[in-house]
Amino acid sequence: MAGAMDLPAKGGFSFDLCRRNAMLAEKGLKMPGFRKTGTTIVGLVFQDGVVLGADTRATEGPIVADKNCEKIHFMAPNIYCCGAGTAADTEAVTDMVSSQLQLHRYATGRESRVVTALTLLKSHLFSYQGHVSAALVLGGVDVTGPHLHTVYPHGSTDTLPFATMGSGSLAAMSVFESKYKEGLTREEGIQLVSDAICAGIFNDLGSGSNVDVCVITKGKTEYLRNHQLPNPRTYVSSKGYSFTKGQTEVLSTKITQLKPKVEVTESDAMEE
Amino acid sequence: MSIFEYNGSAVVAMVGKNCFAIASDRRLGVQLQTIATDFQRVFKIHDKLYIGLSGLATDAQTLYQRLVFRHKLYQLREERDMKPQTFASLVSALLYEKRFGPYFCQPVIAGLGEDNEPFICTMDCIGAKELAKDFVVSGTASESLYGACESMYKPNMEPEELFETISQALLSSVDRDCLSGWGGYVLLVTPTEVQERVLKGRMD
Repeated sequence: MAGAMDLPAKGGFSFDLCRRNAMLAEKGLKMPGFRKTGTTIVGLVFQDGVVLGADTRATEGPIVADKNCEKIHFMAPNIYCCGAGTAADTEAVTDMVSSQLQLHRYATGRESRVVTALTLLKSHLFSYQGHVSAALVLGGVDVTGPHLHTVYPHGSTDTLPFATMGSGSLAAMSVFESKYKEGLTREEGIQLVSDAICAGIFNDLGSGSNVDVCVITKGKTEYLRNHQLPNPRTYVSSKGYSFTKGQTEVLSTKITQLKPKVEVTESDAMEE
Repeated sequence: MSIFEYNGSAVVAMVGKNCFAIASDRRLGVQLQTIATDFQRVFKIHDKLYIGLSGLATDAQTLYQRLVFRHKLYQLREERDMKPQTFASLVSALLYEKRFGPYFCQPVIAGLGEDNEPFICTMDCIGAKELAKDFVVSGTASESLYGACESMYKPNMEPEELFETISQALLSSVDRDCLSGWGGYVLLVTPTEVQERVLKGRMD
């Protein structure tokens, strides 16, 4: 037991508190729900590359925890990944694979390939047998061309020309199945992705707020954050609440002045 | 009953003009019995960085001790204080490490970064970061806090106005939650000073 506080952890999961938590669960205390991303995430392949799209709502049970979160994660300059499922899992797994890809780029001296990211993700998720709850849409353009894949929490993957995941996937897929065709132009691709995400935003309760789009082509990636804002906040009162100074009853006050920090810099010896 | 409702808590942080405020309630309970009315939930990491921990009180204190330990090591190695963004990543990593046996805490981190730019963020108990530009809330009173902050918040408030707003939001929200309240504690940090105030609230 002595090691726990002495050294910073070497990485990976730590199971120290599992026994205590199991004991608490036995006593009848309910385990907490984690923040999920609700979500509609989509991807499609167009003539020059890949377009990814996502909504921006993060939910905690029925409450909206974040109205404008980022669900399109950076993996490599030419590869991005949208994440649905438990928010902490999608962020952690995409950050981890992104770092592994960077190390691999240093080792090989080449641009990362989408299948590399795919294999790293699927082997991590499979080894945790679905307990790391991350459902991902991975897209990118590398030397072998544009690629789009979906990754499921248990580690299975699909390679598709268009894909949707998350609670709003049915709404988005209905838009894709009606309007998708091969050889779309960039504008058509962005429009179709935005339509699919909007279908998820307006019809699925777990998705909402704004549309984020990411366009990846050979040599160039454009991340269009908040490409569309179909849900502006229009009910704000122009007066707002204003509280007069001293309205709140205070029992005690303590004010501490912050000392400005003095920086010691290496200075040259006195000039001649 | 959920594990988060064992002790009861309410923590909120708001951003103002070159300043931030972080506030919490003061009740410590064991289910429906109140044990203390002066419990500390907002802890100092360094002069311009504070963390509020809601949820199970024992995990809040343990997590705080581990974080202070990691920050002190960082100060010894880097010879400077940690930036708020770096600290948020550290907390997130520490919590995600315990993904399958988590600490039952929801942290709220508030600090002044480079150029005294205010930074706030919150996380769920496994480290999913939520960066916000306006306010973040956590605890058993979080649903009321979301509503109160959403209506009362205005961007670019001066320190006096920010103090009044965060205090009113906190007090009105904990009045609608049985498990939190019994006074309030508000900490307001500007580039030159730190103001700590204890609020008078309903003791029920």
